Amino acid sequence: MSKIEPPPADPNLPPEHLTDEAARKAELAVPAELVAESVGDYLRTSISRIKAGESGILPVVGGLFLISILFQSLNSNFLTAGNLVNLLVQAAVFSLLAMGEVFVLILGEIDLSIGYVAATGAAVMADMASPAHGWPWWAAIGAALAVCALIGLIQGLIITQIGLPSFVVTLAGLLFFQGVLLKILGNGGTIPINNTTINNIASANLSDTEGWIVMLALVGVFGLVTWRHDSKRRLAGLVAPPPTVTLLKVGAALLGGVALVLLCNTDRGVLVKISGVPWVVLLVVAVLVVWTFLLGRTKLGRYMYAIGGNAEAARRAGVSLAQVRVAAFVLTSFTAGIAGVVYASRLRSISTAVDGGTLVLYAVAAAVIGGTSLFGGRGKAMHGVLGGIVIAGIDNGMGLMGYTAAAKFMVTAGVLLAAVTLDAVARRGRVAGM
Amino acid sequence: MSSSENGGEPLLRLRGVSKNFGPVQALHGVDLEVRAGEVTALVGDNGAGKSVTIKTIAGIHSPDQGEIFWEGRPVRIRTPRDAAALGIETVYQDLALCNNLDIVQNMFLGRERTRAGVLNEEDMETAAQETLSSLAVTTVRSIRQPVASLSGGQRQSVAIAKAVLWDAKLVIMDEPTAALGVAQTAMVLSLTRRLADQGHAAMIVSHNMNDVFEVADRIAVLYLGRVVAVRPVAELDRQSVVDLMTTGESSRMPSEPERTEG
Repeated sequence: MSKIEPPPADPNLPPEHLTDEAARKAELAVPAELVAESVGDYLRTSISRIKAGESGILPVVGGLFLISILFQSLNSNFLTAGNLVNLLVQAAVFSLLAMGEVFVLILGEIDLSIGYVAATGAAVMADMASPAHGWPWWAAIGAALAVCALIGLIQGLIITQIGLPSFVVTLAGLLFFQGVLLKILGNGGTIPINNTTINNIASANLSDTEGWIVMLALVGVFGLVTWRHDSKRRLAGLVAPPPTVTLLKVGAALLGGVALVLLCNTDRGVLVKISGVPWVVLLVVAVLVVWTFLLGRTKLGRYMYAIGGNAEAARRAGVSLAQVRVAAFVLTSFTAGIAGVVYASRLRSISTAVDGGTLVLYAVAAAVIGGTSLFGGRGKAMHGVLGGIVIAGIDNGMGLMGYTAAAKFMVTAGVLLAAVTLDAVARRGRVAGM
Repeated sequence: MSSSENGGEPLLRLRGVSKNFGPVQALHGVDLEVRAGEVTALVGDNGAGKSVTIKTIAGIHSPDQGEIFWEGRPVRIRTPRDAAALGIETVYQDLALCNNLDIVQNMFLGRERTRAGVLNEEDMETAAQETLSSLAVTTVRSIRQPVASLSGGQRQSVAIAKAVLWDAKLVIMDEPTAALGVAQTAMVLSLTRRLADQGHAAMIVSHNMNDVFEVADRIAVLYLGRVVAVRPVAELDRQSVVDLMTTGESSRMPSEPERTEG
């Protein structure tokens, strides 16, 4: 009956005739850097992937360009150094919250509480740093982050151990921590922050020289790591991008870094000279790097994607679903704590005026606008950062033009809807491609 | 047929295995032997106990009565982990792959290799590549493509290769060709054959007589929770297997193995 040739000789094993259609789909699914042999190949594969809806961060980057052109044409103040740096600082809170939200979104869950969790963290920090307690800045921030992580742990445990939907548990969290915030803030309704270091997080800048040194060091490390990684793969005969593409990637990073430092080092002061890279930009970059590493290069990150893709498969592979889910909620709340610290630092206080409901909706919107899927399984820390900049950009640009909050909300809603539509359409395309 | 020598100790032996689910007796004293280097097909009508049998071997159900011998030693397989520790891997119908992960990530899911806490992608990719080429799975364009982009046959191949990567001595496949087209079925069957030729034991559960007769060395027929026949494929024909599956007996089976229906 079946006479089968020994393994090594394969070429004509019962040929699985790939139809043209299937071949095209397979082609589209493979990231360009994996199959491209030359730069031309790389570009061609990238373009066909984009056409097929596997566009990655391209829509959001395109959106940013569009917003820039639009607002600049309407108000020439938009693309000034001062406004752009201001925009980055505004975006920091959204970006950090959104990076947190990405963890649970990858799992196909949601966390609606992080706006008020961030505010609760900020209140803990402000209280601890206040003269009443007089903790040093690092202890106050540490306490805030620990409290937020603990909140994530509790919510995660409720969700996994009782088996409740995260939507409901964190909706309860939204209400509960709004209450906790009011309780901490007490009758005054405001805790001012007088600690210089804490206030500096959102308002101080590196000196011009420091900015250059830090940027060159970061790009240098990135270049070295990328080059070593890619050339090791090439040597091992594994799929790897061609050297030109590696160099282009590092070159692009350098170019972006130089542009950012030049922008930040331009004098943006009105009365006195203000220049330099804001600390908070560095903080966002640091969080981005750490979370990107965690998601891409560790088992925990791998398991998050696996659970988001097919929880049953992950379970059968021996992954502890509950542990990974709880870890994701802890990471989300912890990152929200960082956002809370930045938020309070910018206002030099924390008060009952904080709108945690809008903050969390902006965070989810930012993550989705950046390219993270609401359906689970897909998402990157970078999505949160870029989406946060888009939201801050709309807010900033419309503010410059004198629009009210009413108009800002409506436009942001439109952008969110567009992003979710893109996500759903791309997903349908992928599912149909199976 | 190229059956290996039948004298040796079977890799897996079930003896008198019974299983009840409340008042329903799913298995009545099942006796079954599975040998390395052979493809054993498990056939039977719906409700005959095929699934319960493989789930018993895979550690999902534990038998109420009877014994399981692995390489001649009596063993208790209480959990899927026990089964994996012995070298039993099961490829279920729904494959249990993550569409958003690539082939390497899926093959190593849950057993990632790390160096200083960081995923060692090079190591995993090399090992996955070696396994795939040893099984002559070469139709995939890149082992770094997400599983979502693979055809049904390619996915089945990845799921089987995953089992092989984990040094499975016995690979159980539940209806591996049920959802596949003609060419892809041929691909998976040839992979199954290759698995056995490499010295693994392969066990395939199927409804499809064409597949069974094309790839199996030995056919075990279940009827209402009993094994009514275990025979080399050469001693059976399609009609007799269908008779066994539907009535539990076949008039011509024992005496005239090679007779064709007419």
